Amino acid sequence: MAILELSDISVRFGGLQALTDVSFRVSEGDIVGLIGPNGAGKTTVFNVITGVYQTSSGQVSYDGRPLKALRPHKILALGVARTFQNIRLFQNMTALENVMVAQHSRTREGVFGAILRTRTQKREEGRIREKAMQALSFMGLADFAGEVASNLAYGLQRRLEIARALASEPQTLLLDEPAAGLNPAESRELMHTIGRISALGISILMVEHDMKVVMGICRSIVVLDHGVMIAEGRPEEIQRDPRVIEAYLGHG
Amino acid sequence: MTTPASRKLWLGYAVAMLWLYVLLWPLIGIKPGGLEFATSAAIWAKLAAISAILLVLWQLKQRGVFDFVSRPAEAVSKALGKATDRVPTRLWLVLAFACAVAFPLVTERYAHDVAISVLVYICLGLGLNVVVGMAGLLDLGYIAFYGVGAYTYALLSVHFGLSFWLCLPIAGAFSAVAGCIIGYPTLRMRGDYLAIVTLGFGEIVRIILNNWMSLTNGPNGILGIKPPGAYWWQDGKIEHIWLGSLEQFYYVILGLAVCTIVAVYRINHSRIGRAFEAVREDQTAAELMGVNTLGIKLLAYAMGAVFGGLAGAFFAARMRFVSPESFTFIESAMVLAMVVLGGMGSIPGVILGALALIALPEIFRGFELYRMFVFGGVMAMMMLFRPKGLWPAKRMGARSEERD
Ligand SMILES: Nc1ncnc2c1ncn2[C@@H]1O[C@H](COP(=O)(O)OP(=O)(O)O)[C@@H](O)[C@H]1O
Ligand SMILES: [Mg+2]
Repeated sequence: MAILELSDISVRFGGLQALTDVSFRVSEGDIVGLIGPNGAGKTTVFNVITGVYQTSSGQVSYDGRPLKALRPHKILALGVARTFQNIRLFQNMTALENVMVAQHSRTREGVFGAILRTRTQKREEGRIREKAMQALSFMGLADFAGEVASNLAYGLQRRLEIARALASEPQTLLLDEPAAGLNPAESRELMHTIGRISALGISILMVEHDMKVVMGICRSIVVLDHGVMIAEGRPEEIQRDPRVIEAYLGHG
Repeated sequence: MTTPASRKLWLGYAVAMLWLYVLLWPLIGIKPGGLEFATSAAIWAKLAAISAILLVLWQLKQRGVFDFVSRPAEAVSKALGKATDRVPTRLWLVLAFACAVAFPLVTERYAHDVAISVLVYICLGLGLNVVVGMAGLLDLGYIAFYGVGAYTYALLSVHFGLSFWLCLPIAGAFSAVAGCIIGYPTLRMRGDYLAIVTLGFGEIVRIILNNWMSLTNGPNGILGIKPPGAYWWQDGKIEHIWLGSLEQFYYVILGLAVCTIVAVYRINHSRIGRAFEAVREDQTAAELMGVNTLGIKLLAYAMGAVFGGLAGAFFAARMRFVSPESFTFIESAMVLAMVVLGGMGSIPGVILGALALIALPEIFRGFELYRMFVFGGVMAMMMLFRPKGLWPAKRMGARSEERD
């Protein structure tokens, strides 16, 4: 069972306590929303899970295995992939190449295979391409495969980030504000896509400001404020929770 | 002629010319016998006149005065481009290769010598291109690997009499190890720090070569290195011969260069090459998408070093002599200049860059003293007008800054 579990995570940046004793879990097949005002520490949670930041205390475990001291590429190999709040595509590579990079941890061929173009290398390369095209098609980007990432429209870049994460064959997907900057039609489309990803059996943890999106698809929601978890529960409960309302209205 | 844009242009021209004179006069006008203005003023006036004429022509062109010529010319060049596009790349490659093979047959010794240099530098440039162009890691000490390869073959040949062909992979392996040793401490560094540390390592290697008398014979260098051997049909039977003539050296290095080109091309279009590029584009994102960035960077250093080392082994065999003098910083700078001039990350670009930087100065020998002056001027112009190089890689941008 691929359960992502955070227990009592705390993170400090110098004098700033970015996260304080955050604990929650993302069970298999779950769609969990992570919400909270700007600067609440949502992206920090993602960075802790994916091994970019070290925790001051507490631990993250995946599949029952502690992730502490694993470098990010190892964590991806275990099956946790993510997207970025500020799009971080490989700007000068094509859409297809971007997605192909994500297959890196699933493939083996080294330099000698590449130079000699061995049969196994060619077969593997073909498989990488195929998987990458699948991921692109899944996100409706097949027509843009040859396009350089930086030339894609913003909405397509957002989708390409998700395609890239999917191409790493994750079991758990972390989406950091995937609807940021999208128009309402694109947002709706995105909700639909997230549903389809979930249907593949991939668990999802998403940060999102658009309440329509969050309430529409998340089965449970975790609310952060100033690095502290102030609520956790089903969408209807969260909407009514006075602390949540206060946190949002209080900050404007 | 007095739109604000053109006024600004001419103002810029005036400032530039003033600046040029300020630079030019001390170089030419200060003599042991006293100050002199006539010569520098004459040269300056010529340069100023030429640039003024160019500027006027350019302005006229901007206004479309020459459209009656340039329009049809453009159409012709477009048609030509279309026609050449239709010829498959493979045919071009075969054609280029055929020219390269035929080259020594139609030229004499001096040209062979220059061509060998160019091919050596093509190998070096392509190797450095793996590090700088593909993986985006600045390396200012690259020539150290050339040195390691050269000394590896030199020592093995002189002390153990090992053959060139056996030593080639050994030199590659030693250079790869050197690449890892130099790469390892720099893995967590970026940008400026990386440049300084690699610069330092390059110098360390040279200083070791210079001072380890018992092994390298210090500044005196190593003499008596054997050229490559081969078995060849001669007088009705197969005999061992030494490939000692310039022509034969040319074919050896041509073979090495072709292998390097094929290897670099294939790496570039593989899983490893994509990982290099991903690291260049955004290291953090690459790591998060499953690329072991530390391992990949080490691999980039090692790969680059291998190509440098192979070229180095050839260099030792061709000169029959090595000394630390051949591995100074200026050589690293030269190779880097080829990569940048030609177009980072672009294989044809690097080849053009090597041609431009090695062959052109030979052609310009007539200019004598002004050779370096012309050279510097051309480099500056290039970076202004074609900042991405002579033959830019299809996709190559600024390396991404840290974000998020
Ligand atoms: N690398 C870092 N160094 C210092 N402070 C950081 C760093 N990363 C995040 N922070 C701080 O931690 C807090 C939480 O940031 P973040 O997780 O990005 O918030 P959110 O994603 O919820 O908007 C912010 O105050 C931010 O300035
Ligand atoms: Mg954030």
